[in-house]
Amino acid sequence: MNAAGFPVLSLITWLPLVGCGVILCVRGDEATVAANARWTALWTSLIVLALSLVLWADWNPNDPGFQFVETAPWLPDYGVGYKMGVDGISVLFVLLTTLLTPICILSSWEVIQRYVREYMITFLVLETMLVGMFCALDFVVFYVFFEGVLIPMFLIIGVWGGERRVYSAFKFFLYTFTGSVLMLLALLAMWFYAHTTDITVLLHTRFPARMQFWLFVALMASFAVKVPMWPVHTWLPDAHVEAPTAGSVMLAGVLLKMGAYGFLRFSMPMLPIASTELAPLMYTLSVVAVIYTAYVALAQEDMKKLIAYSSVAHMGIVTVGIFTFDVQGIQGALFQMLSHGVVSAALFLVVGVLYDRLHTHEIARFNGLVDRMPLYAFIFLLFTLAAIGLPGTSGFVGEFLVMIGAFHVNFWLALLTSMGMILGPMYMLYLYRRIIYGRLTKIDLRNILDLSPREVAVFAPLVVVTMWMGVYPTSFTRFWEATVSQMVTQHQQALLLTKPAVQLAEATHR
Amino acid sequence: MNWTIAVPEIVLSVLGMMILLFGVLRRRDSTQVCTMMTLGAFLLTGFLVVTRVGGVGYFGQFTVDPFAIFIKALVLVGAALALMLSLDYNREQGIARFEYPVLMLFAVVGMMGMASATNLMTLYLSLELQSLALYVMAAFARDELRSSEAGLKYFVLGALASGLLLYGISLVYGFSGTMDFRVLTQALASPAEASPGVIVGVVFVIVGLGFKVAAAPFHMWTPDVYEGSPTPVTAFFATAPKIAAMALFLRTMIQPFGHLVISWQLLIEIISIASMILGALAAIGQTSIKRLMAYSSIGHMGYALIGLAVGTQVGIRGVLVYLIVYIFMSAGIFACIIAMRRRGRALEKINDLSGLARTDPALALAIAVFMFSMAGIPPLSGFFGKLYVFLAAVQAGLWTLAIIGVLSSVVASYYYLRVVKVMYFDAPAPAFDRRPSALSFVGAVTGLFTLFFFLFPGPLVAAAGTAASVLFG
Repeated sequence: MNAAGFPVLSLITWLPLVGCGVILCVRGDEATVAANARWTALWTSLIVLALSLVLWADWNPNDPGFQFVETAPWLPDYGVGYKMGVDGISVLFVLLTTLLTPICILSSWEVIQRYVREYMITFLVLETMLVGMFCALDFVVFYVFFEGVLIPMFLIIGVWGGERRVYSAFKFFLYTFTGSVLMLLALLAMWFYAHTTDITVLLHTRFPARMQFWLFVALMASFAVKVPMWPVHTWLPDAHVEAPTAGSVMLAGVLLKMGAYGFLRFSMPMLPIASTELAPLMYTLSVVAVIYTAYVALAQEDMKKLIAYSSVAHMGIVTVGIFTFDVQGIQGALFQMLSHGVVSAALFLVVGVLYDRLHTHEIARFNGLVDRMPLYAFIFLLFTLAAIGLPGTSGFVGEFLVMIGAFHVNFWLALLTSMGMILGPMYMLYLYRRIIYGRLTKIDLRNILDLSPREVAVFAPLVVVTMWMGVYPTSFTRFWEATVSQMVTQHQQALLLTKPAVQLAEATHR
Repeated sequence: MNWTIAVPEIVLSVLGMMILLFGVLRRRDSTQVCTMMTLGAFLLTGFLVVTRVGGVGYFGQFTVDPFAIFIKALVLVGAALALMLSLDYNREQGIARFEYPVLMLFAVVGMMGMASATNLMTLYLSLELQSLALYVMAAFARDELRSSEAGLKYFVLGALASGLLLYGISLVYGFSGTMDFRVLTQALASPAEASPGVIVGVVFVIVGLGFKVAAAPFHMWTPDVYEGSPTPVTAFFATAPKIAAMALFLRTMIQPFGHLVISWQLLIEIISIASMILGALAAIGQTSIKRLMAYSSIGHMGYALIGLAVGTQVGIRGVLVYLIVYIFMSAGIFACIIAMRRRGRALEKINDLSGLARTDPALALAIAVFMFSMAGIPPLSGFFGKLYVFLAAVQAGLWTLAIIGVLSSVVASYYYLRVVKVMYFDAPAPAFDRRPSALSFVGAVTGLFTLFFFLFPGPLVAAAGTAASVLFG
């Protein structure tokens, strides 16, 4: 709640469902219902976006704790309550979600002609789940939203997806669900140990070292699939290729951040011993992801698959940053998450523009588009450069900060992670060259049209945000500076406090 | 003697006999009227059940406590929902007879007795009263081969299970000298002194009750009976009798045999694990949605039994929450299955649902809600059922049970999703017939309950907690 006693987080979370209710109530022939659903969904998401700007305006950058906190009784036993609040780590992801949802709705305005009403409803439900997940300050509430995301996303891939949509939807669902149920066990164990699921309390609960290890493994099963980390990333290219454009945007933009957010919210601060012990494992997996998936991306024939693999590589940089336990590293990870959320979302929209016109993602079907689509070529170039981390765009700041953090850990980690920065331009520029440059020889490209005003409206906010993040990153980093430095201090304190205890335990054990 | 504590059962029985007489004496077809009167009788009994204070009567054979009241209320709700489902179906299938509601009513009398039984004899008699009525109901479409077969199968295997149960009871009686739960509790207070004869008797009792709740490996009758019986009867089987049998299971295991928990815990764990795995794996290959629901119900009983295997108050509360959630999901999904009719013919293949999202969005949405809920995806009610039993398992340190449980729920989610896939991802088939309003009503009520359970879990969980606590009092 903010100073005026106005439950802004709950409002942002639940308002999209009100929009769903309105859409469900509309009667009439199919065209009326579809038009109505589109407009209602757009207006609902815009109102939510406007409301979420309250977070931006009323933010107190000096408070490292949770702000806008709301509580209500929910499950009566063992202190499980409905508790919402945001801190520096989560607040910008709420804004990212509320920004991307109207963009998604606008981008599917004409493309989606089948089940329009259901489409709009699933996107609004997805928004509720995602915002709720980032705001939840109770582990059970968090879990409910975290898992709830599966239902709309499964439907988005399966109903509006491409040819192999059924396979991809099931793969997506079963991978994520398997991870999540193991997290449920961790949740129950923590609940039982701490007698509460209030995240603010759990953050200060000291779990025994051995228990931390198992909890970390169980949580990692869920978060690593979501990030996705190598080797459990294989669902992502399939899901991306088959998902409709807007589905990919939400998937790359926000869903991938759920895993990294989980690591930052739960694994790292609640399980400091285990996360320090297992950090080398996380580095290894991340570095493999950065280098291996970059090479895989280079070999792709399908634009969406290429960007999907590049997402895995970029998220590898994020996980390196988180597990440096360093102020710069974590800030870099957060910045990289945010930047990737905007840039990869934009890249999927860029691919979507071509898909809308020619109904294919195959790279070989395109060349020389710059002749017919100059504006498109410009926007594509901008986001390509942002994806490879050119200074002045959002991609640079995050990667740079993560590098500093990695150097604080050791030289080799920094060197291997920086391989991502060399490989990134290779596959991205290669992609760009093949599609935009060269002579326009394909007959069906002769009459291709440049961006329509609606498409420009879709891209404009993303262009602005990307440039803003690159040129003046302070307006974003100010949100989390206090929170991150407090997190790092607490992490070090926790390690200092437990070290003697561990040694003592080992000594007595001998 | 405090005979008044059984007033709801007595009232219901008397009303049942009156409805029977009315049906026999009336010349014209009286199914509709009798069904309505039975619904009224359930309503009246439900009112009597919840307003009654607790007590013990009939020389300790019959107990009314919050646990019994909780179970009876659930049984009545389940039976009322199942009865509403039969209204139009039976008429259209040409099996509308006034005996149907009456049989259901007497089965419910048996179930209410089961909830209150605190003597092995009461337990057996009420279980048989229930079972005999159910055997007849399974074969209610007597001109149909499958239905008669279902009835016969159910009867033969049910009789076998009753025999085993009775044998177990006789062993327990023989070695402890009493059938009264309270006296048994004291007699068996020190597990070390319990004679092997009692343990063998307990094992037989578990086998008999395991059959009644259709837990693996005593599940063999379930798929055939579910498939063969008329669908409203299947709906009834999947709701009220499961609740009553589970209640009986809980009370018997916790009260008289509670001190022997070390002896029977492993057995219940094995039954639970077997049911969860079988429910998850065997359902994958099914093409009939009724058989699918049969295996799914086996799996659900496996999850509920986790709570019993834990054997603590938290565990029993978990089972009761699971039962509340389960009864609404089951009644709802069967309402949807009964609505599957095309040109007057009842359908039951999963593929008949194809493209339902296009032809009947409301029905497709309802089925999707039930499927996601049964798979245990939050925020739907099925998740909360699982949450509470898994919490109990984790608290008791039964990690094997918890890990197998969550993993089998992933496997099970595959076939629930398959139904969603057929409805939403596949090309539309011809539309179903217009569904009767009773089905829409049941589907809507249970669907809304399943969808919005997360808004008000508090009171129901608290009621389950109170009910569970009296077993340990």
